[in-house]
Amino acid sequence: MLEAHDLAGERGHARLFFNVAFRVEPGRALAVTGANGSGKTTLLRILAGLTAPAEGSVHLDGAPMKPFDARLREAVAFGGHLPALKDELSAIENLESLTALAGARVSRAELAEALDRVALSRRQMLPARVLSQGQRRRIGLARLRVLRKPLWILDEPATALDQEGTALFGAMLVEHLEGGGAAVVATHQPIDLPPGRMAMLAIEACAR
Amino acid sequence: MRALTPVITLEADAPATGAVVPAFAWALARDIRIAFRSRAELGVQVLFYVIVVTLFPLSTVPERSLLATLGPGVLWVAALLASLLSLPRLFAADFADGTLEQMALSPWPLPAIVSGKIAAHWLTSGLPVVVLAPLLGMQYALDMTALWTLTLGLLLGTPILSLLGAIGAALTLGLRGSGALLALLVLPLTVPVLIFGAGAVDAVRAGLGAGANFSLLAAGLLIALVGAPLAAAAAVRIALD
Repeated sequence: MLEAHDLAGERGHARLFFNVAFRVEPGRALAVTGANGSGKTTLLRILAGLTAPAEGSVHLDGAPMKPFDARLREAVAFGGHLPALKDELSAIENLESLTALAGARVSRAELAEALDRVALSRRQMLPARVLSQGQRRRIGLARLRVLRKPLWILDEPATALDQEGTALFGAMLVEHLEGGGAAVVATHQPIDLPPGRMAMLAIEACAR
Repeated sequence: MRALTPVITLEADAPATGAVVPAFAWALARDIRIAFRSRAELGVQVLFYVIVVTLFPLSTVPERSLLATLGPGVLWVAALLASLLSLPRLFAADFADGTLEQMALSPWPLPAIVSGKIAAHWLTSGLPVVVLAPLLGMQYALDMTALWTLTLGLLLGTPILSLLGAIGAALTLGLRGSGALLALLVLPLTVPVLIFGAGAVDAVRAGLGAGANFSLLAAGLLIALVGAPLAAAAAVRIALD
């Protein structure tokens, strides 16, 4: 589904990584690990099409992708480390707004059900301003659930989540993979996945 | 021979051209909703405009002919400043919380989303300026014809201010001291709008009619309507890189 050929990433003229190559098939997840500043976020932004790679190319279903390619935008649900929530809107309004933006038509009942799944149903009418960091993350999980995009690209999805929230994310990821989806996840915490579902990509500190 | 398929690709968005209307409507509705949730900010802008316009008659000689000469220019400059005051809000908040990222990654065409945001900016900052103009213009001893010319000019001109401002706002995303830089970028570009807008009232007062000025403003508006969303969307993508 998603392939990377000899990717190199730069941030502010500093080479972060090079010669990164992998393939993620449907039903599989790739966990990206590495120290702070090793370039995990840059790699994910390249894969999502937000940034151009310094070298190499990203392929989706065999076709080479340019940044902001329409096919990539159609297929990918990107969860950056910014939650993309508006303080002025309530939890359910935020979720509704983000799903519409991603081109998904989802009924209010489905949205409420997704918030229920992430244990936010009693807070769905509260403005996002008063929600905790973990609760904001959970809105992001609910978003992934209703979007039904085939490819998840997630940057530290478990940050600020409690134990129950992390377990919930794990369960959602398994569900996604079993349904034929694929995922690339940058993470510090280990993710529990059934054997054979996950490959690891460790980015080492670059010599230059 | 194979039939020729017309290929119109303004950018990589080609498959999603059917989504222009929902993208525009989504951004417009969302930004207006958010603006009304933070009404205090809206009020500040309108009040700023009212105060700036009111300061001039108070600080100059209360002579009818002088005020009538000054009036249109003052109202236009105040409208420009009010628009400038609210411009940083156009993209900066969405940039800071990650929503702009999601907009750029949406299957919808980004220029359509940006257009919706600009429309919302005009409705919340430009339209109040237009609506209040006849009322505030009365302080400058302008007659009925001059007042209507002024208001119509603002109606054509303030959307251009929002459109040009959006390019500046997108270009200065993520920069330090972006507010001042934004002003430096946008103010020179708005000079023609100011000249033709304020000039329309002078022309009417001189008995020439404002037709030429309005035509030029309308032409400027059409060009900005087509070009500005594309330019602003391109600048947003650069800012996200």
